[in-house]
Amino acid sequence: MNVAESLRFFIPEIFLLTGAFAAVFVDLFSKNKKAAGVLSLLVLIGTACLSKHPEGSNFLFFGLFLLDSWTHFFRLLALGIVGVTILSSLAYKALPSNDEGEFYSLFLFMAFGLILMAASTNLLMIFLSIEFVSLLSYLLTGFLKKDSRAKEAAIKYLLFGSLASGVMLYGMSLLYGATGSLELSAIQAGISHSSFNTLSLIALLFFITGLGFKISAAPFHFWAPDVYEAAPTSVTAFLTVGPKALGFAVMIRVLSVGFPWLAWKWKPLFALLSILTMTIGNVTAISQNNIKRLLAYSSIAQAGYILMGIAAANETGLKGVLIYLMAYAFTNLGAFTAVIIASNHFGNDELESYAGLAKRSPFLAASLTLFLLSLAGLPPTAGFIGKFYVFSSAIQEKLFALAVIAAVNSAVAAFYYFKIVRIMYLVPETDRSPIAHPFPLKLALVLMLTGVLLMGLIPSPFIAFVKGIFS
Amino acid sequence: MMPVPLQHFLFFAAALFVIGVYGALVRRNIIGILLSIELIVNAVNVNLVAFSRSTSLAPETGQIFALFIIAMAAAAVAVGLAIVLALFRIRKTIFTDQIDLLKG
Repeated sequence: MNVAESLRFFIPEIFLLTGAFAAVFVDLFSKNKKAAGVLSLLVLIGTACLSKHPEGSNFLFFGLFLLDSWTHFFRLLALGIVGVTILSSLAYKALPSNDEGEFYSLFLFMAFGLILMAASTNLLMIFLSIEFVSLLSYLLTGFLKKDSRAKEAAIKYLLFGSLASGVMLYGMSLLYGATGSLELSAIQAGISHSSFNTLSLIALLFFITGLGFKISAAPFHFWAPDVYEAAPTSVTAFLTVGPKALGFAVMIRVLSVGFPWLAWKWKPLFALLSILTMTIGNVTAISQNNIKRLLAYSSIAQAGYILMGIAAANETGLKGVLIYLMAYAFTNLGAFTAVIIASNHFGNDELESYAGLAKRSPFLAASLTLFLLSLAGLPPTAGFIGKFYVFSSAIQEKLFALAVIAAVNSAVAAFYYFKIVRIMYLVPETDRSPIAHPFPLKLALVLMLTGVLLMGLIPSPFIAFVKGIFS
Repeated sequence: MMPVPLQHFLFFAAALFVIGVYGALVRRNIIGILLSIELIVNAVNVNLVAFSRSTSLAPETGQIFALFIIAMAAAAVAVGLAIVLALFRIRKTIFTDQIDLLKG
């Protein structure tokens, strides 16, 4: 489709981009910075309402983007994630009040970049959208002006991130040489009858290195704990969910459209990555005393479980990845919203501050417990449904070793999740002052709670929605 | 005049890439690391332009990709230097081994 025809399908994204610029202007001319936040929320809701379920596959802008139900799923997921992040930032105390407007408009641009990540089918667009999202992530990580830890995290993120992008680009350039094209579909067609198979395998390895960085898979996860610990908590909530989910979207798109013929090579590789990622994440999480750092390692481990679905690479596995991502988004955003409420009051994120939280704020403690149960993958929560699907996909593909290691890992993970629950319920409190629940945070918490419970108790509509993508 | 064969470009780009990765891993100065990353990016550009002349189905795509990469690298460096400046204002250092508040 040429540009004029494509624009018709691009209306939600254009609306989102216009809204982002509008938020910049509101920030410039309005004294009330919260107005920019509320406007951003409205823009996100408007974008979600405008985006209709696409019929068939629409190749937009001369085939640079593909709008199909896959893209649509990730578009809604990205809008939801950014929406909840903005909602929970509205009452986050650590944000400097005169820079707040900028913060919200950056997030709207971020949503735009995330949608493009899901839609790209061309190496150039994949690179540009990933880089767009990464640059915004670096900026948001270092957003707090006076916080030297956040600056340190931003610099680490930037250096590791640029290196990963460089390696990924090198892979892309080799791929272009091996196949003569940047289109994923043309890469598949060109590669199957070329003599450059070894070259394309090397290229794919470089490519996976770059993408593995974005999803914080194990050998490339060094940046993650530091960045997640020191970034503003609402940014951490976003980073553990948003770029990760869309990183998986790009990864699956690249592997399933560009490299299905190499599956016998990359499947064992992903099984290995999955084992490494979940083991390193879970084992390191045990000894953490800072809740943000603990959740950071837990989110690395969660990426390991999701990789299991890719390693299986059958239909259950891919469905499992989508269901898992949905469940994970609800759960992790919810857990971090609870952490924001608590850190607004405590002024720190140390686990010992959570002692006796159940007496000081029963609702907060109960909801955080539910999110932790969901992260551990216990019924009746969303996390159980996600784990169920990825485990069964691995067993279907006869990857028993992988499934057993994942099961052992889940047990290890339950240990440190219950450590937090124990501190909240059984350790006596040192301070009895009640904890404030500002309205936006409460709303975000209730929304995520509803999501986790609905998906855990009545999973069929969610599963039917995901099944619709593959039919 | 005989054209330079493709292999020469590829070896040159691979050498640039390896030097860049080595530099990024070994240098302690953040500016040095950013420069090393630029080397990697330029290795990619050399690759793309060389391939677009020889094996490509549509020669212009590789060159366009290279142009986009140059623009994106400039944007990344702008963001990078901004963060380095912000860090320098607080910590008065740009050496990675002195930036060690976060551990664990």
